[in-house]
Amino acid sequence: MRSCAESFSDYALRALGRDYGANLLPRGLDITLCDQLFLIGGGLLWNIYFAGVALVIGFFLAVGVAVARFSENPLLNRPAGAFIFIFRGSPLFIQFFFFYSAFVLLPRSGIDIPLGFITLTVNTSALTTAQVGGVIVLVLNTTAYSAELFVGALRSIPKGDLEAADAYGMSGFTKFRRVVFPSMLRLAWPSYTNEAIFLTHSTTLVFLSAFPARQQSGEAFYYARYFVDQTFNPFVAYPIVAAYFIALTLAIIGIFGLANRRLNRHLPQAIRPRLRFRPTYLR
Amino acid sequence: MFSFCTDPSILPDWQWFACYLTNATHLQFYRAFGVVIVLLAITAPVALGMGLLGALALRSRFWPLNWLGKGYVNIVRGVPDIVFFLFVPIALGQGIEWVMHQINCPDWDQPIRQGNDFIVCREAKVPPVNSPAWVRDIYAFGMAVTAFALVFGAFVANTLYGAMQAVPKAQIETAEAYGMSSRQAFRRIVLPQMWVYALPGLSNIWQILIKATPLLFLLGIQDIVYWARELGGQKTSLFAYPHPDWRMWYFLGLLCFYLFLTWASERAFARLNTRLSRGQATAAGERMRKAAAA
Repeated sequence: MRSCAESFSDYALRALGRDYGANLLPRGLDITLCDQLFLIGGGLLWNIYFAGVALVIGFFLAVGVAVARFSENPLLNRPAGAFIFIFRGSPLFIQFFFFYSAFVLLPRSGIDIPLGFITLTVNTSALTTAQVGGVIVLVLNTTAYSAELFVGALRSIPKGDLEAADAYGMSGFTKFRRVVFPSMLRLAWPSYTNEAIFLTHSTTLVFLSAFPARQQSGEAFYYARYFVDQTFNPFVAYPIVAAYFIALTLAIIGIFGLANRRLNRHLPQAIRPRLRFRPTYLR
Repeated sequence: MFSFCTDPSILPDWQWFACYLTNATHLQFYRAFGVVIVLLAITAPVALGMGLLGALALRSRFWPLNWLGKGYVNIVRGVPDIVFFLFVPIALGQGIEWVMHQINCPDWDQPIRQGNDFIVCREAKVPPVNSPAWVRDIYAFGMAVTAFALVFGAFVANTLYGAMQAVPKAQIETAEAYGMSSRQAFRRIVLPQMWVYALPGLSNIWQILIKATPLLFLLGIQDIVYWARELGGQKTSLFAYPHPDWRMWYFLGLLCFYLFLTWASERAFARLNTRLSRGQATAAGERMRKAAAA
């Protein structure tokens, strides 16, 4: 039997690959409770990576899509609406499968994009890995969901705020940057917090769908499933991964709560919207 | 299927596709779409029932029942649901076998969990050892329905509880002033009226339920995802219908199927909402009343 310290050095960072721990995962009767705790905990690094990268990129894209969706120009409005409909109306699980099988079909050697003065080679083999391809799917998905939230917020910006901006002589980008964008963010923030939580929860689907876990380096739920397959005992690994996710959820609520305080700092204490955790669901 | 399908390798394109898309495995693929619809049709009422029970438990003034309801709703909602979808079938399966084992083999002296094995006596196996394949399929499907109903029941319970609270208090007081008992008032006033308040939440949950159905694949059921992977994979010339990797097109088909499903149910819920808003003390109901009066 391995001691707890040994399993820590073997498996705490094993999720990053073979170079960071033991060569093989523990198997069969050799599995200890510490192995499960550390391996699943190490897998959480990938959940944080997937969710973090997707949220940061998705946020900026979502603001763009939301503004396009809200504009009165049908050339902007229609495509944004279609994008939101496609990614919100279909299951993320199927989106993973679809994009993976599309990425596999791309030529291995990469695609050359001639830009006139320079030829850009897109590395297509990276697209079939979860670390790049999976993140792209997550980005597209969270962009659609967040854009829908932001459109709702844009619709409910108080008329008085916009009139005040006009009265100050602001227009165009200045008005957007100083009035529209902060109000939109403030109004959408509670639901955006929930979106961040769902996105984090749905990072568990990355390796369950088509994307392969190279060198058995996967996220937390991948390892939990591995342990349940090995020990045929769902009462240890699944509660561990559930507890980790509850902790992660609480951390997200904490961080987003700080941002919420800052966004609402100009409002009187009594009417500041409070963050409420309403965990729903998967997509 | 068609008479000209005997040797597909010499057929022109359109006949080749007609034969390809109607061969035996494709018919199984089409049947799997039916499985999704059946799952939705069974799970939705079961989850609604679970949700109603959960909401009643949440409302109950009898504290053990109240705590049971709160525990159920909060635990299910706090944990990523995919954990539940995989946990419930295997945990429930082992639980049933354990109970059967205690009943059927009381004088069994070995422990049930030996190392990494879960060993119960032969009589305790569920489904029974020699049962035919369709019994096993039904059992696996029943487990999936249970897992879905448990998770979505908790969501529904929360929505219905909120909806019951949203029915105007004055109406319940009026009912009591007319001499109804609180049970009568609940049955005659709250229960018929809460649906209009619950509908936005329920429609949301329904959409999520639709989008959760591909997870059947993870429970080892031969659903549309399974068949799309099987059929779409590259087929060499050993097969009757050789083709390159077409998985992308199959998954595109699934994507369209789900888009259609969510689009259609969105419209259906919009209609239902107008229907339920008639005569209600809400803004939508008021607007309809004014339109009718004008």
